[in-house]
Parts: sequence; structure tokens; C-alpha cells
Amino acid sequence: MTDFLQLLISGIATGSIYAMAALGFTLLWQASGTINFAQGEFVMLPAFSMLIAMAMGLPLWAAFVVALIVSVLVLGMAFKRFIVDPMRASGVISIVVATLGLSIGLKSFVKAGYSAEPHPFPSVFGDEVFKLAGVTISYSDVGALLFAGLMVLGLQLFLNKTLTGRAMQAVAQNTFSAEALGINVKRMIFYTFAINAILVTVTALLITPTYLAKFDMGDNIGLKAFFAAIIGGFNNSRGALLGGVIVGVLENLVGAYITPSYKDGVALALFLAVILVKPDGLLGTPAERKV
Amino acid sequence: MTLSKQHLALLTLGLAALAIAPSLLKTYGLYLLTLWLVYIIAALGLNLTVGYAGLKSLCHAGFMGVGAYTVAILMKAGVSFWLATPVAISLCFVLGLLIGFPALRVQLHYLGFATLGFNLLLMLFFRNEEWLTGGTFGIQNIKRPELFGFSFNGNLAFYYLALVITVVSAALLAYLLRSPWGRAFAALRDNPIRAESTGVNITAYTLMSFAIGAAYAGLAGALFAPLVNFIEPAPFGLGMSLLFLMMVVVGGSGKFYGPVLGSAIALLLPEYLRFAKDWYLAIFGFAVVAMMIWLPGGLLSIRERWLLHKAKTASDKTATNAGAV
Repeated sequence: MTDFLQLLISGIATGSIYAMAALGFTLLWQASGTINFAQGEFVMLPAFSMLIAMAMGLPLWAAFVVALIVSVLVLGMAFKRFIVDPMRASGVISIVVATLGLSIGLKSFVKAGYSAEPHPFPSVFGDEVFKLAGVTISYSDVGALLFAGLMVLGLQLFLNKTLTGRAMQAVAQNTFSAEALGINVKRMIFYTFAINAILVTVTALLITPTYLAKFDMGDNIGLKAFFAAIIGGFNNSRGALLGGVIVGVLENLVGAYITPSYKDGVALALFLAVILVKPDGLLGTPAERKV
Repeated sequence: MTLSKQHLALLTLGLAALAIAPSLLKTYGLYLLTLWLVYIIAALGLNLTVGYAGLKSLCHAGFMGVGAYTVAILMKAGVSFWLATPVAISLCFVLGLLIGFPALRVQLHYLGFATLGFNLLLMLFFRNEEWLTGGTFGIQNIKRPELFGFSFNGNLAFYYLALVITVVSAALLAYLLRSPWGRAFAALRDNPIRAESTGVNITAYTLMSFAIGAAYAGLAGALFAPLVNFIEPAPFGLGMSLLFLMMVVVGGSGKFYGPVLGSAIALLLPEYLRFAKDWYLAIFGFAVVAMMIWLPGGLLSIRERWLLHKAKTASDKTATNAGAV
């Protein structure tokens, strides 16, 4: 039983980290129709910017701030301005191919320009563990859970309670009507890209201690984020959280009780099962088909 | 099937060049050329899926792996190459149907995610099922095929075998694309809803194009295993699948010869730019991004773009002239 609880807790912690990457992915899709296949590399880049900043002597928190700024500028502003905007006219398929190209480009760029080796990464919450009713819990799991939970809840509040957040949702639901209502659509879409940049940076901060900083670390994280987003419901931001947690927990349980070799296949199996039974995801609502 | 004179002349020239090429090459060059042919077969199949049917498939290398492992395992068990290859092709076809069905019921780009995950799953399988695939040690000493007592063991003989198989499979694909089926694929890509309203069964056809693409990858894998003699999981990973997609897109998706050009750029060019190994891939990736912005039709669409541009400037001119009058 204690084993089970331990697996459950660390699963929820990992899952909530997946959820953040998934949430950014969903937001981009809702606001601008961008399917970002480079989302995993968007987590990898901040991890390396933090590493570089720390190598220059900055403490972790300062490196994190630097990475946040770099991410918003590069993965938010430049990505939108130079890649997504010019392709608005050519449709989803071009953006998919372009982000796949971007994914190869960024990976190889880091591999060639920095290193092909995995690098250790310090954990914000330290490596200590504590015991609660016989269950060993690590501070980093609790920290990740709290941090990710706060991020997701904060974002929910922002989207639902503030005027800017409501405007962003309006843009996501119907760009034309939003524009007709006087909402500055371009700015709202930029906010979405900036929020995604922040989410991936936090994801990088929390997940890199376990995954290690490596040029191809994004493959796995990106995949989990896509699946979590679709399992939970592509057009529902709470869905990403649910999807992430389900994937994280089941992976842990399958890894421990069935077979560790196929742990990474769990997300795919869940994804296939969910779209067979409930194609719009667990919390999703059916989307109207656009002609 | 009718070909224009120009097309026929170019095709003959190209085939003649491929027939003569080995005499100009050393062992490694010949190996690369054969590998290129193998990639062409795989990319031709992917071009059907991506270029003609408009689906994004991201486990093409995985399917190629299934083909390679099937042939290797069966040949180790004493089955002839000529029997093992059809098995490999059919297995890929069936797997394509199994993975494509749930995804295609929902949305086209869900296939992208499903296939991405499937490639990962295949890699786990290749790596973990040591009893069958040899795990990370792979399968060694895969023999080259024989036919009626003639052995294709020599590099040159195997090259010609690969060339013949490539030409035959390309011709089959060309025939398929000219048939009503091929027309239906194109109709699907251009406007699925209109296609449906004219009686094309969307799900069946998209699924078919995906499964046929997978079968081509299986054939490529079946040739790949005896070509390199030794297979392990690494060449069938996600990175290779992405690269296959890039080959098709860079060459010009939906253009018949697109994959031929695309696979040359992705395979042959880096060999001559070895010093740039990882940088090459980085530049390649960013070039794809730039290309999707400025030339979404791929390299083979340059001529059309130019003709279109010329026609446009010409009509602009007439318009201004008319306005002046």
C-alpha cells in the first residue's frame, strides 16, 4: 500500500509537470490554430539557457529569470512573429511541417553547438525526502506538484476572472466576433504565445532534474504533452491538467506493476483508447467541423 | 499511361545514369547509392500518404524497421527473402490499418500524434524484446538474397536488384495514382468534404493511402536489412521518421519525383558535407521552416511558381496597357 501511495504521489507530480507543457500546447492551438510539434524542444531550450546562465556564475533563481526573459522573447515573440504569422494564410498543415522542421533544427543546433551529452541539472527543492505515515515523499515531488498546481490554477483564474483573460478566451472561441467586439486580437494572441513561453520554462525548471538536460529530452516531454492535451480534451484547459495527471500516474503504476520496459507506451495506449471512446477527450466538448 | 516526350527523355536519361553510375563509384559510393534507392522507395510511399492524401505520418522509419526486422528474423529462420518480403510488406500494411483507424475517425492531424507515439512504441519493442529482435545488440549477418541459384551477394548485383525493385515499385505507384483510386486520393487532399459529397468514402481512402504508404516503408526495410547486413533499433527512430517527412516536403509533396530529390538532399548531400554533420541537420531543419514560409510546395514547385509569376506579370502588363488605352 505504501508503495502504491508513493507511486501515486510521484505520478501526480510528474503528471502535473506534463500538464503545464500540455496546457501551453492547448492554449496555442485554441488561440491561433497553431499545432506546435516543437513543444518538446520548447522545454529543452530553456533548460539549456538556464545551464548556460548558471555556467556563467548565476544562481539557479537568477538563471530561471534569465531563461524566462529569453523564452518570452524567442519562443514567444520571435516564434510568433517570424514563423507563425507569415504562415497564417497557408493553413495548419504548413505550420505542422514547419514546427517539425523547427524541432529537428533546434535539437541539432543544441547538439552541434553545445553538447550531445546529458547534463545534470540542480533541483530547486533539493534532493531530501521526508516520511509521512510510512510513505517516503521527496521534497521535489511536493514542490513540483505545488508549483505546477499553482501555475495551472493561477492561469485558470487569469483566463476566467480578468478582462484580458476573458478577451483571450473570446479570441480562442471566435476570432472574427472577438475582433468585431473591439478586442485587440493580435495582442491577445501574443499573450498566448508569451504564456506558453512561461509555461515551458517552468516545465523545464521542474522536469530537467529528473530528465537531465539533453538535446533530445524534448522528444519524450513533447509527446507526453500532446497526449495529455488530447486525452483531457483539446479544447478545454482543465483537460490538460487531468490528462497530464492521468498519464503521469498510469505510467508510474504500469512501470512498477506491469513492465518498466513499456512505461513510455502508456500515453499512446491511453490516447488511442480515449479517442476510440470519446474522440473529443475526457473533458472536451465536440468541436464543430469547419468547412 | 502516356508520358510527354520531354518527361520520357529525362526519365530515360536518369535511368541510364543510374545504370552506369556504379562503374564510376567505389564500394562506399555504391553502398550510398543503394541506400538512396531504399530511401526513395520509402519516401515514395510516404509521398502517397502525405503528398497525395494530405496526411501527416510520423512513423515511417518505424514501419521500415518492422519490414527490416521481419525480413531479418524470417531469413534467420531459414525463410527465403522472396517469401519474407511479402510478409514484411503485408505486416506493415496491416499495422498501418490498425494504427490509422482510430486516429482517422477523429481528425486528420490526430494521425500525426498517433504515429509519433507508435514509432516510440516500436522502438521500445525493438529494444526490449531481445528474444525476437536481439535488443540493442540487433541482428547480425543478414544474408543477401538469391534467385534461381544466382546470388545477389555482391554489392553491384545487389545494387541492380534494388534498382529494379525501385523502378517497379515506382511504376506501380504511378499506375495507382493514374487510376480512379489515385484521383480519389487527390480529391481527398484538396477538399475532403467535396470528395465525400461526390461519393468518395473518406475514411476508407485515407486509411488506404496511409496503409499503402506503410507497405512501401516495409518494402524499403526488407531491402535495408540485407543491404547493411546488420540491424539494430537506432536507424528506425523518431528522428528518422521526421527526416522522411522532411524529404517528401523538401522535394515537393504531391510531386511524383519529389521524394527522389528530397531523399538525395537528406542522404547524399550530408555525406559530402561530413564536416558539418550536426550543423547540417540544424540548417536543414531551419531551411524547412523557411521553405514552408516562402515555398510551401517544395523545390519541385519552383518551376510552377516561376511560370505563375511570369503569367501574372504578363497579365498585369496587359491590364496596365488596357488601362492606359
